[in-house]
Amino acid sequence: MPTSPADTPTPTLSLDEVVIRFAGDSGDGMQLTGSQFTNTSALAGNDLATFPDYPAEIRAPIGTTFGVSGFQLRFASHSIHTPGDAPDVLVAMNPAALKNNIADLKAGGVLIANTGNFNDKFIAKAGYEADPLDDPTLEEQFTVVKVDLNKAAVNAVKETDLTPRQAERCKNILALGMLYWVYSRSLEPTEKWLKEKFAKKPEILKANILALHAGFAIAENSEIFQNRYDVLPADLDSGTYRNLMGNAALSMGLVAASHLSGLKLFLGSYPITPASDILHNLAHYKHHGVVTFQAEDEIAAITAAIGASFAGSLGITATSGPGLALKGEAMGLAVMTELPLLVINVQRGGPSTGMPTKTEQADLLQAMFGRHGECPIPIIAPQSPSNCFQTALEAAEIAVKFMTPVLILSDGSIANGAEPFKVPSAESLKPFPVKFHTESEGFLPYQRDEETYARPWALPGTPNLEHRLGGLEKSETTGNVDYGPENHERMVQLRADKVQAVANTYAPLEVFGEKSGKLLVLGWGSTYGSIHGAVDRAQNSGHAVSQLHLRNLWPLPSDLGEVLGNFEHVLLPEMNSGQLNLLIRGHYLVDTDSMTKIQGRPFSTGEILERIQSYFA
Amino acid sequence: MTTEEKPALTKKDFVTDQEVRWCPGCGDYAILNGVQQTFATLGIPKEEFVVVSGIGCSSRFPYYMDTYGFHTIHGRAPALASGVKIANPNLQVWVVTGDGDALSIGGNHIIHAARRNMDIKVLLFNNRIYGLTKGQYSPTSPPGTKTGSSPYGSLDAPFNPISLMLGAGASFVARAVDTQIPHLKTVLQAAHEHKGFAFVEILQNCNIFNDKAFEHITGKDIRDDRQVDLRPGQPMVYGKEHEKGLRFAHGGIDLVSADEAQTWDSEEPAGSLAYRICQGAEDADVPVPIGIFRQVQQSTLDSAIHEQIQQITDNLGKGTLESLLSAGETWQVG
Repeated sequence: MPTSPADTPTPTLSLDEVVIRFAGDSGDGMQLTGSQFTNTSALAGNDLATFPDYPAEIRAPIGTTFGVSGFQLRFASHSIHTPGDAPDVLVAMNPAALKNNIADLKAGGVLIANTGNFNDKFIAKAGYEADPLDDPTLEEQFTVVKVDLNKAAVNAVKETDLTPRQAERCKNILALGMLYWVYSRSLEPTEKWLKEKFAKKPEILKANILALHAGFAIAENSEIFQNRYDVLPADLDSGTYRNLMGNAALSMGLVAASHLSGLKLFLGSYPITPASDILHNLAHYKHHGVVTFQAEDEIAAITAAIGASFAGSLGITATSGPGLALKGEAMGLAVMTELPLLVINVQRGGPSTGMPTKTEQADLLQAMFGRHGECPIPIIAPQSPSNCFQTALEAAEIAVKFMTPVLILSDGSIANGAEPFKVPSAESLKPFPVKFHTESEGFLPYQRDEETYARPWALPGTPNLEHRLGGLEKSETTGNVDYGPENHERMVQLRADKVQAVANTYAPLEVFGEKSGKLLVLGWGSTYGSIHGAVDRAQNSGHAVSQLHLRNLWPLPSDLGEVLGNFEHVLLPEMNSGQLNLLIRGHYLVDTDSMTKIQGRPFSTGEILERIQSYFA
Repeated sequence: MTTEEKPALTKKDFVTDQEVRWCPGCGDYAILNGVQQTFATLGIPKEEFVVVSGIGCSSRFPYYMDTYGFHTIHGRAPALASGVKIANPNLQVWVVTGDGDALSIGGNHIIHAARRNMDIKVLLFNNRIYGLTKGQYSPTSPPGTKTGSSPYGSLDAPFNPISLMLGAGASFVARAVDTQIPHLKTVLQAAHEHKGFAFVEILQNCNIFNDKAFEHITGKDIRDDRQVDLRPGQPMVYGKEHEKGLRFAHGGIDLVSADEAQTWDSEEPAGSLAYRICQGAEDADVPVPIGIFRQVQQSTLDSAIHEQIQQITDNLGKGTLESLLSAGETWQVG
């Protein structure tokens, strides 16, 4: 790594953590820039969390506020659980990016503005009447660094054959190089990545490497930055780590489940934001025997997965809310035929097409009740990107042990957020080998296991076990069609009892903090990090507040009622209008307080902390 | 136990203990009988058959076949069957569906199963009516059909199932008739022998809601003159004594004598002859074609998927739990 000139070294200050937000046009490469900084920081040993926030349009009209793509990254020398609230540093590639994001920048924070794009056209497009960088109040609130990144990029890559237009496109890598100097990062991981990505395009590779180094050198030599910072490695548990996004961790968990169960994976899926990466990721695991079937629609995706499960694979389908709505009838078929199946819903803003790239938790009641008839399905929600790995394993084990579909409720912020994942050793993962039924003596397709109430899994191709499954009501044990009134009620109860029995496999609930007190903050899914940060800070200020985070949403844990009863108040933050709140009140008759946010973005730690403090005012 | 030691299968081996619940006189009885007889002769162990259906009268079929079976949801049988076949390509997967199930609510699935050349056999019982919901017009009903939902006559133009399947790229397309069991059995046998997607439209009488819908084609007295059986590599002849024939002419199809009849080419790559002959009007002089319209060999999706998996496994090495966990860019702490 180049070092500062020896004569006038810029002082390097040590920081506990930094939040950077990159913002620019959809075509400016902000996601790429952000993920490069993330990977480099991961390799430097920081704990980190990211929040990509991008428009649904692939290339929205240039310079518009609705075309702004953002990537927030928080990296720290201590353990963190969220991508942070307000950024310390904002990189604004154009006036629209400034307009959308400046209100979030921390007072005293650093604004790096690409003056090359602050021309009359883009200023007007962003809805400003004059150049916002000329506003004197800006300099009063923030440290403003004005650089013409476009020009710097063109200068940096002069010696290549690139056209000026192509050269300008290196501006994001140049900005990355600048920030690498500011935060004392190595250029090596990004250089390595560029070499792989542009292996077949030597001129583009050369230009990007030049831009990266130029950015580093500009920051080093131009005195535009007063200080240089370092964020030391975090004190994480010892082990091997890998930086993973939620969808990637989920996919990896599914493949691990295939190895641990001995079942082939069959993913039937139809592309949908933000679930498509599960299809993309699993398509790379073919050497693990994984079959990916890109179906003609959402319904075909799930029914093909059910067919695969019938034939002895672990059938999986991955989708987002609109797709889950389409799969409802087929999920009922899986409940009726009692076949293992994993249904993954990466929730997004709804209803209807809603906000495809924004996050929300508003499909909980759909997951619970969005099917006709009495149709219970176990539901598990991962609480962070890395937790998706474990969630996939648990869901798969429940599905095959209880012969039931299982719903995984992830969401956009988990799916696209990244954090360090402590890779488990193969030996630490518990196998759950599946034994198919082969004994023909006394075989009845709906004879249940005494403990789990699961029916036998007998595969087509097995001699003397020929049987018929279907959506019509079944007679107990034989599985023959039966419309008898008492039989129907009995079968409804048996299916419910079977799903209820899943709760017997849960570990006891773990409360963060005291087991009783004034306030319990109850959450589920991706709100874990924000709640945890807020509760941790409130506890440090001496408040009697504890956190309980539910991962198993159905059946509810049998010890939940007792935990709730130990607190005077229960606060329930959710990114919906109070869906878990409704369930908890209905089940336990407790007077929970709902806290809701339906803005397509996660709760900040500060928002939750403020609400917690109101109980102790 | 090896299959060689088992006694030959008979029709009875495919009969279940479930009472058949179709209306007396329904064409489905004859088809069930024909399928059971055919399955017994194919030399396939019983446990390797999987019969998958959707919703409708015909879709009760799996309950009456003593094989593995799956009565799924409306229209989705080809998709579920695709999952079964991909998961275990050794199975013989047959789909039983109707004109509403396959061409209305399930239209999307059948065309994509055809396009992908999934190695499944689809039997479409076409009675040109919704039977199980008590008689509404279907996507194959001719315009003017008077039903509960069209008391003044239906207005929609119908699908021609054969032409639809040819358009979707089906590699085997055939038509049979519920009451002509020997012919049905030869078509089913050919569908079985075809490696790839096989579509068989079976003209089926619903004696309750649409009785005699095909009488002008299948009536005992007239059928020899009203049907021509397309047999690959054989002349296109018809009539009681096979004395008449067909010949493609510029702009149409000529009625000729048997010795002038053109030989039927079911493998013609473009499928244009199959498309031309399936377009005939049922009230014209030209007989209505039954038999095998198209039969071409193409790669099947289920085989291709497993070949690709094998090829990638050969290139990258077989994935293990250990290799899964150690992949990617990692770093050590502590």
